[in-house]
Amino acid sequence: MGTPTPPPASTSAELDGETALGLLRTMWRIRCFEERVAQLKRTLQVHGLIHLSIGGEGVAAAICGQLRDDDTVYSGHRAHGHAIAKGAPLDRVMAELMGRSDGLCRGLGGSMHLVDRAHGLLGATGVVAGNIPLAVGNALAARLRGSDQVTVVFFGDGAVQTGYFSESVNLAALWELPLILVCENNGFAEFTPRSAHTTVERVCDAVAPYRFPCQSVDGTDVGALFAVFAADLDLARRGRGPLLLECMTHRRRGHYEGDQEAYRDALADAEWQRRDPLARLQADAIAQRWLDEAGAGALEQGARAEVEQAVSFARASPFPALELAGELVYASER
Amino acid sequence: MAEVQTTFVKAINAALARAMRADERVIVLGEDVAEGGPYTTTAGLAEEFGIERVINTPISEAAVCGAAIGAAQAGLRPVVEIMFIDFLTLALDQLVNQAAKAHFMSGGQLTVPLVVRTQGGAGSRSGAQHSQSLEAWLTHVPGLKVVMPSCAADAAGLLASAIADPNPVVFVENKSLYFRRELAPEDPAPVPLGRARTLRPGRDLTIVALSRLVGEALSAAEQLASDGIEAEVIDPRTLTPLDLDTIAESVRRTGRAVVAHEAVYTGGFGAEIAAQLQAAAFDFLKAPIQRVGAPFTPVPVSPPLEDAYRPGAAEIHRAARIAAHWDEPFAASPEPGAVTAP
Repeated sequence: MGTPTPPPASTSAELDGETALGLLRTMWRIRCFEERVAQLKRTLQVHGLIHLSIGGEGVAAAICGQLRDDDTVYSGHRAHGHAIAKGAPLDRVMAELMGRSDGLCRGLGGSMHLVDRAHGLLGATGVVAGNIPLAVGNALAARLRGSDQVTVVFFGDGAVQTGYFSESVNLAALWELPLILVCENNGFAEFTPRSAHTTVERVCDAVAPYRFPCQSVDGTDVGALFAVFAADLDLARRGRGPLLLECMTHRRRGHYEGDQEAYRDALADAEWQRRDPLARLQADAIAQRWLDEAGAGALEQGARAEVEQAVSFARASPFPALELAGELVYASER
Repeated sequence: MAEVQTTFVKAINAALARAMRADERVIVLGEDVAEGGPYTTTAGLAEEFGIERVINTPISEAAVCGAAIGAAQAGLRPVVEIMFIDFLTLALDQLVNQAAKAHFMSGGQLTVPLVVRTQGGAGSRSGAQHSQSLEAWLTHVPGLKVVMPSCAADAAGLLASAIADPNPVVFVENKSLYFRRELAPEDPAPVPLGRARTLRPGRDLTIVALSRLVGEALSAAEQLASDGIEAEVIDPRTLTPLDLDTIAESVRRTGRAVVAHEAVYTGGFGAEIAAQLQAAAFDFLKAPIQRVGAPFTPVPVSPPLEDAYRPGAAEIHRAARIAAHWDEPFAASPEPGAVTAP
């Protein structure tokens, strides 16, 4: 391999130094967490189907980082980044992935079903697009209460071909809900490219007839994404929803950990690696002198140390009592 | 308590209005609900509570059910109407994968105080996509509660409890019960979920019947009385949770049981009741538990075929006679053609 091409600059003109460093910190926490999860999956210390978002952390950081705790996030099966960026503590997320009683969901949810009510993460789901209607209902409740809370739902481009997506977009537009639909378009629905699933190239085209604000943005340009979402959020807060934001992004890992990835195009992958959102923003932060090399190293090391603490916390946490499953089938009267 | 003349539909309507007056978190949504719906169950609600709380929806059962789940997770108490239980199939993913599991999978962080009202049952010549009884599917899902009232008073009382319940409750009505004149308390008290009602005492035989078949069981019991057989009639009222204690106590006394519903016999909830009963009362049984259900065909539209399809008092009577005479060595054979065999 020759000299690596430098990453294209991030449009950090949109950011101030403090915000940029906050975003970098969040992205490092997600990156280090997920790299550790990939390792732990190989030794079966975390359980079940594990879907990583490495290469897509910029979307979670730029969006969740601008939300309040009382704004709601719904996510799909690739949800670790959204949970962490929304405020879920690393140690409790790790314990959840290990099925331990101190996990976010007491060990009963797992990687695909993270919920952190205190931070407004009302849930991930293993059913593609399954949470889009729930987000519609959440936004409806916010509107009926007369609050300025905003609901964000993350989904992949594979979800756009479901009936849930079409029905939910129609409901959200009809009811003028404070809902921001965030599509992370990584170009792949499981193992096959978008072109094998639909003739509609951009998700914005699929919702064009509804005439609500809709933009496609480069999901690896965190500065630009941050600014676009800030404007969207402002509109949604003022009751001008729904809106759709399509983030063109990439997943550097397989659909799930263990995926053979026979479908992956090596050339395109190298290009996406060059456009890694974390590398881009960090290079730009250094160029802007918000950070020096040592500071960048410290961010990464700090995140890795926190992840190791999370692993220790999770390993020390007991598995739930067997009775817990029976106790949580039904909620009791309050 | 003062009783008034009413109908099942009016009782549902009044119960919804009472719940909405008492708790502003209660909203109603579904196709045409602000117009009252095809059976007038929601008539007048939009006028009293406004279209912000009585929300017409497009024909999008899946997303509407999901939106109701999301609203419930956000603290509202939605009552979503699925016009025909046949269309609940479109919303089953939301009910089964989201509503039923949210409390469990979140480690107790989320609750889904949701009621899904729907109606089923044959008899309206509407054909096999508007006439089914699909409640058994719902009882197979941990996390859902399933309610099937058989009369106006219970409908009102059970709906109040379902709306107050912190769990997703599917409230299955039967369209042929909707417009019969009934007496019900003027101000019906909530009926707790999970408590069966004994409508008629009897020493010889227990009939457990669901929804429309409860009235049919009472007719059959009258006829059985004239045959010299005293049948006890029990309406479980809720399938999940099931009040097995009341049913098993009765069967331990009578030693014989018939379980009757309008749903297809094969895989019907009667099979579950029979299985639980034989485990709870095996030593007391003097005859195999008899089941009454519809034959294993889609619901026919042609009037004579649909009439033959729908189980009723005659089928219950026949099954009861088999149970009652089982251990009499020289009893006459039951008539052929009973729909009590698979």
